[in-house]
Amino acid sequence: MVMYNTYKQNAYYDSVTLMLFSSKLASVEGIKDAAVMMGTDHNKSLMMKSGILTEELARSITPNDLVIGIRGEGDDHIQQALKVLEEQFENKRQSVAGDERIRAKTLESAVKQLGNPNFAVISLPGKFAGDEAMKAMKNGMHVLLFSDNVSIEEENRLKDYAVEHQLLMMGPDCGTAIVNGAALGFANVVPQGNIGVVAAAGTGLQEVSVLIGRMGGGISQALGTGGRDVKEEVGGKMMLLALNALNNDPQTQVIGIVSKPPSPSVMQRILNLIQNFQKPVVACFLGGDEKLVAGAGVVAAETLREAASYLVDLSQGRQPQKLPDEDVDGIVAGERAKYAASQRYVRGLYSGGSLCYESMLLLEKEIGGIYSNIAHGEYELKDVESSKGNTLIDMGDDYFTDGMPHPMIDPRLRAERIKREAQDESVAVMLLDCVLGYGAHENPAGAIADAIHAARGSGKNYITYIVSVCGTDADRQNRGSQEKILRDAGAIVMPSNQQAALLAAKILKQKAE
Amino acid sequence: MNEINQLFDSKLICVNLGLERFFEAMCDQNLRAAHVDWKPPAGGDVRLMEILRKLNS
Repeated sequence: MVMYNTYKQNAYYDSVTLMLFSSKLASVEGIKDAAVMMGTDHNKSLMMKSGILTEELARSITPNDLVIGIRGEGDDHIQQALKVLEEQFENKRQSVAGDERIRAKTLESAVKQLGNPNFAVISLPGKFAGDEAMKAMKNGMHVLLFSDNVSIEEENRLKDYAVEHQLLMMGPDCGTAIVNGAALGFANVVPQGNIGVVAAAGTGLQEVSVLIGRMGGGISQALGTGGRDVKEEVGGKMMLLALNALNNDPQTQVIGIVSKPPSPSVMQRILNLIQNFQKPVVACFLGGDEKLVAGAGVVAAETLREAASYLVDLSQGRQPQKLPDEDVDGIVAGERAKYAASQRYVRGLYSGGSLCYESMLLLEKEIGGIYSNIAHGEYELKDVESSKGNTLIDMGDDYFTDGMPHPMIDPRLRAERIKREAQDESVAVMLLDCVLGYGAHENPAGAIADAIHAARGSGKNYITYIVSVCGTDADRQNRGSQEKILRDAGAIVMPSNQQAALLAAKILKQKAE
Repeated sequence: MNEINQLFDSKLICVNLGLERFFEAMCDQNLRAAHVDWKPPAGGDVRLMEILRKLNS
């Protein structure tokens, strides 16, 4: 076995481009492992652990350098891989040079070329993202700041400027927005309508907008704030600004709020604002008590699906109605009959943080404490690489995305984890999300199906795979075809994240009884 | 009408900095858009960046 290492100084490529380069290298005959990554500490450590980077070389590499590590059967294979990599660099250079669409070297030059842009989407590494976001706002643009690892001081600096100049500054760590029908970041193709939503929860906003469309409603605007916005330190600056804008928007007749429970002082500010609204408001504070909004004239929803349903009812002039429970007893009995005595637990592997959080809350209520990397206290999973008992993992968490593409874009880490969890003889149910839409992987169901097949081939026990698809038939991946791929792989496909989690809970609860 | 409500009433003209797939999405939706082939300022030198930031503020 031969290992080859090199690096290019000050060569920047985004993580998705590098993911493609790495996959091309890994598929060359005789190559056992390969990675092309920016030289962040996290990436260097991953490459050293995989045995494709020496400690000595790692010391001289900075985060601005591009690191290449290859392990192969012989020198010929390494040379072939390097040739493939050179072709990739050249293809990239040519595709940029031959692109007739507008490309610019700097934000200032993009502004000149476009004339009068009104919106910027920024997904640069966190330490550079704030300065570019400020520049965009100073040029009169509203901003969706996708990047994470932006400090809270920077967030406040940006949002103070935004509030003063009445600009949207969605994020940091904001994945989704739909503005005047345009889907930005990770967003789905949903019908336009009269429901406006503000969310401090990215995939929560995707799930609600998708379900609204499926239930016959439509979206006027869907605005994200970034999860930290509703915390004391930021004070709900963007939540309040966005709610005001929706209240003043003639297209918006009904307003939805989706978030984890805000800090008490932020909650008070939100309630003070919306109690003067003439438009009906539905609030889904995941994990919050309905009493939080009591007396404020707000309709409280416990889950994302319930929020979507109440919003559609109100948008069509109906009183909000509770959704009936679904009869899944047949599925539950059928699955339980297939388990060995040792199988007792659920393992959830999510690409969407809010979907993971909603499932955790629903399962906790039904079957008790759930270990997770997003839980606090007793059930916080200290070692995210090792599940125990009932465990749900948010694989979009910083631990997994530092220098790596988000799992909604790159499904490989989750596929590996599915195979690993399936080896555990105590696992009965695996819960997964499959998020479609702009920005997301072109065939996430295919990646899940391949992982299920591989897991079934190597695991000892029968495992129930429950998946919910967050997407629409108008998304480029097409919800119908994605669901078919999952069913063909033997998964049970539920129509929403809530229903998927509740089915898992019923299976495990009845098994325990 | 304030800036945000004006935006709700306008066709979006977008600049994308970062992941190219978000630029692809803008183009797929026929939005007028530009992608910035971004490189770290000052070659990513944090101290030099700080000096530039002070000069520009």
